[in-house]
Amino acid sequence: MGEFAGLEEEAFSCMILPMNLSQTLLGVTFANPTILASGIMGITASSWRLVAENGAGGITTKSLWLKEHKGHNNPTIISTEHWTLNAVGVPDAGPEKAREEIGDFMKKKPVPLIANIIAESVENFAATAEAILPLKPDFFEVNISCPNVEDEFGKPFACSAPAAAAVTKAVKKVSGKTPVLIKLSPNVDSIAAIADACASAGADGFTVINTVGPGMAIDLRSRMPILANKVGGLSGPGIKPIAVKCVADVFGVTKGALPIIGTGGIYTGEDAIEIMLAGASLVGIGTAVGDRGVDVFAKICDEMQLWCTNEGVDEISSLVGGMHRELSQRNAPTRKPSRSGRTRS
Amino acid sequence: MVRTYTFDGSLGARPGQFVMLWLPGIDEKPFSVAFDNGAETKITFFAVGPMSEELSQCCVGDLVGLRGPFGTCYEWKHGQHIALVAGGYGAAPMYFVAAETVHHGCTLEVFVGARSKEHLLYLEELESLPHVSLHVATNDGSMGFKGFNVQHLGKMLEAVQGKKRLKGNKGGDLDPIDQVFACGPEMMLKAVSELTAKYKIPSQLSLERYMKCGYGLCGNCVVDPLGIRLCCEGPVVKNDACMKIEEFGKYHRDALGKKHAF
Repeated sequence: MGEFAGLEEEAFSCMILPMNLSQTLLGVTFANPTILASGIMGITASSWRLVAENGAGGITTKSLWLKEHKGHNNPTIISTEHWTLNAVGVPDAGPEKAREEIGDFMKKKPVPLIANIIAESVENFAATAEAILPLKPDFFEVNISCPNVEDEFGKPFACSAPAAAAVTKAVKKVSGKTPVLIKLSPNVDSIAAIADACASAGADGFTVINTVGPGMAIDLRSRMPILANKVGGLSGPGIKPIAVKCVADVFGVTKGALPIIGTGGIYTGEDAIEIMLAGASLVGIGTAVGDRGVDVFAKICDEMQLWCTNEGVDEISSLVGGMHRELSQRNAPTRKPSRSGRTRS
Repeated sequence: MVRTYTFDGSLGARPGQFVMLWLPGIDEKPFSVAFDNGAETKITFFAVGPMSEELSQCCVGDLVGLRGPFGTCYEWKHGQHIALVAGGYGAAPMYFVAAETVHHGCTLEVFVGARSKEHLLYLEELESLPHVSLHVATNDGSMGFKGFNVQHLGKMLEAVQGKKRLKGNKGGDLDPIDQVFACGPEMMLKAVSELTAKYKIPSQLSLERYMKCGYGLCGNCVVDPLGIRLCCEGPVVKNDACMKIEEFGKYHRDALGKKHAF
């Protein structure tokens, strides 16, 4: 028994005292912070349900268009242990399918549903939101930041503050009481400036970040780019520091007033806690589904529970933006003791 | 046109698994592995679309990309008596199963079916294996049993599972079938599913849906209402699960996620 006794006891104590991971944001209660990110396993109600059964606190649909939209040819995804590059090209069958699938999911909704919408023009962002609104999604997530359709539509709206604000304003005008999150791109000079413009235009929150780049991978022997679209958005473990920094920037510029779904390279409970400390309330999980399995949501929740238990954190929301509070405490003139008890000398 | 390509080297594929095959500048599609013995890998395909058409024009030494292997494989126990049901190009992975299972002391009843004689595949290879009894069916009767291979299987099961022992076509008594493995068109698989459920024989079926990534991210091959991904929890699915797939034998989805009836 001896050497493992302590471990068993610890595991036992977490089991009888599970920390409550739930939070209510903009009037919607999430049982835990893990959210299926848009574009992953997000095509059908059956898929969303399976993800919910595997522990996700919420799900995001794949991007919904006003009309049928064809994606790119294969190869659309290529990955290594460090990164994944994708250019699926946002295929979608249009609102009729969205009505069928979201309608099916809503009949017995296991977790909140975030409807991700995309369009090629400001007007059609609003029109798409109007088409989806009657399906009663819990949130809208507005995809102004896909890096994979530039050949078709030019630079993403998320790369210009006026364009991002225009889309935000147009969607807010028609979205009624449904909160609107704007999904931002990391591929800009100042994500804070874009977020600020969207916030002024009425955004209720943000999803930070979409994929990075775009990047390219070349097959040596054929000397060809591997993706049919030649370039694609970068995701996976390597982009986490970029996501953490962008979340910190957006939290900073909005003074923590608007909730953020932090996403990008989140694989473990500790990754999730890190991006929450940067300012995320919820945590998007995408690429990790491929590497850790569809039960990655439950695994991350277990890991968060364990970490919080060990660290004596009893309120998950106390983590959100924790880095900013720590910094300001340490920089305060009175030099209050920091959370860790150390003071600056 | 049917082609079989052999690649030097092994991907460590098990029978029933698939690879993503890339033709640079053209497309990338899933192909089931027709053979992998640790030294070489084979695929067999019909040229049915633009990608396989292009692939069929390839010559020795041309470059193609392979990713994989992906997905589930057929599972068996040592010494089992297994019926294999192969429709059309489903004969290729079934040959791979046969080659592996006979090494594990299994005896096989192999039901190969196709539209007509010239569409039958892997007959010689299957016949060359020990402990294999071949049962051929063609829709037009140009070779073997006239009709569907599943009807042929049904006749055998009726006799074998009922009486428990029956004369085999190579002489001797036939034992009951322990498992049925099938690969072929969806309506054939549906028939195998119903037939094996009726006789309470475990079966494993290789299902096919539109795939993009091949490893569980894109969600294109998810089936209703289970939500399982046929690239990860399939393509080989046990019949207990198949019977819970409501779209099985009814519809499939295209690259946009739109439903199409079979």
